[in-house]
Amino acid sequence: MTGLRYVYAVCRPFGAPLQAQLTGVGGAPPALLHHHGLVAVVSTVPEADFAEDALRARLEDLDWLTATARAHQGVIDALTTVTTPLPLRLATVFRDDSGVRTMIEAREDEFRRTLDRLEGRVEWGVKVYADIAPAQPERPAAKPASGRDYLRQRRAQTRSHENMWQKAEEFADRLHRLLSERGEDSRLHAPQNPALSGVSGRNVLNAAYLVPRAHSEEFVEIVDRAKDETPGLRVELTGPWAPYSFAGDAGAQAPREGEREGAREGEGGEGT
Amino acid sequence: MTVIERREVALVDLLDRLLAGGVGITGDVTLRIADVDLVRIDLNALISSVNAQVPSPFEEPS
Repeated sequence: MTGLRYVYAVCRPFGAPLQAQLTGVGGAPPALLHHHGLVAVVSTVPEADFAEDALRARLEDLDWLTATARAHQGVIDALTTVTTPLPLRLATVFRDDSGVRTMIEAREDEFRRTLDRLEGRVEWGVKVYADIAPAQPERPAAKPASGRDYLRQRRAQTRSHENMWQKAEEFADRLHRLLSERGEDSRLHAPQNPALSGVSGRNVLNAAYLVPRAHSEEFVEIVDRAKDETPGLRVELTGPWAPYSFAGDAGAQAPREGEREGAREGEGGEGT
Repeated sequence: MTVIERREVALVDLLDRLLAGGVGITGDVTLRIADVDLVRIDLNALISSVNAQVPSPFEEPS
């Protein structure tokens, strides 16, 4: 009884059993807690990791965070094979089953509404990367004959660099608009930092789209077609995911252009 | 064709969803994840670990 209850997802009751070997966070097998016609998928986790102070420190530990995130995802993945789960945020923990039941009672209407909205839908992630070299004033194309030539060249370089960025932005906007029309809903995630993703190029679009499972093939084809459209721009598709990005309140998070703009500020450290 | 389709889900993609997505509920034991400075988490924890394992992607080829 020293463990806490980690909740992965809330679902409607489903007939099929979970995989026998499935393990959750910390290696414990997930269990189903039925209450008020809903099912919370839970497992027992050690208090030593999940009590408030411990968790704060744990979240800063990359190995722990990775293992926990992957375990959470593993359970959600297993659930998606038998139902459409409503995923909870990482590390949602209760003292015991009765705490989980109380939570369900407090939110059951909202859970049902969201489950209805997400039923039969999956999430696709689409990212666009721009491989654009930083403007390099220290390497002029030809040796400038005069100060005026130098300034002219410098301006031309800056302009062409800006043009490339503008093109990348326009491509990302166009793709996002096109995919938003195909999806039922969309979310813009903050652009990923290349130091975290380990991927080359600037992430100019990091979006998620809610797509009915039945329309997924068509959606993927549209993304595939966009992949080779523009040299220097790379399109990456991830998924299908459980609808993580759409589990919150509907419409609470309208796509914000500002987020994508913000990505550019982190660049190169040029111009203080 | 430069498309990279990895079989294993990238950690950053997962964290986008698990830390910013999902239903945010305050458990009765722990802090709300939203209370933690997530920017600090992913930048500090992840970058320091990335730097330790992998050469920095920012290193200019000379």
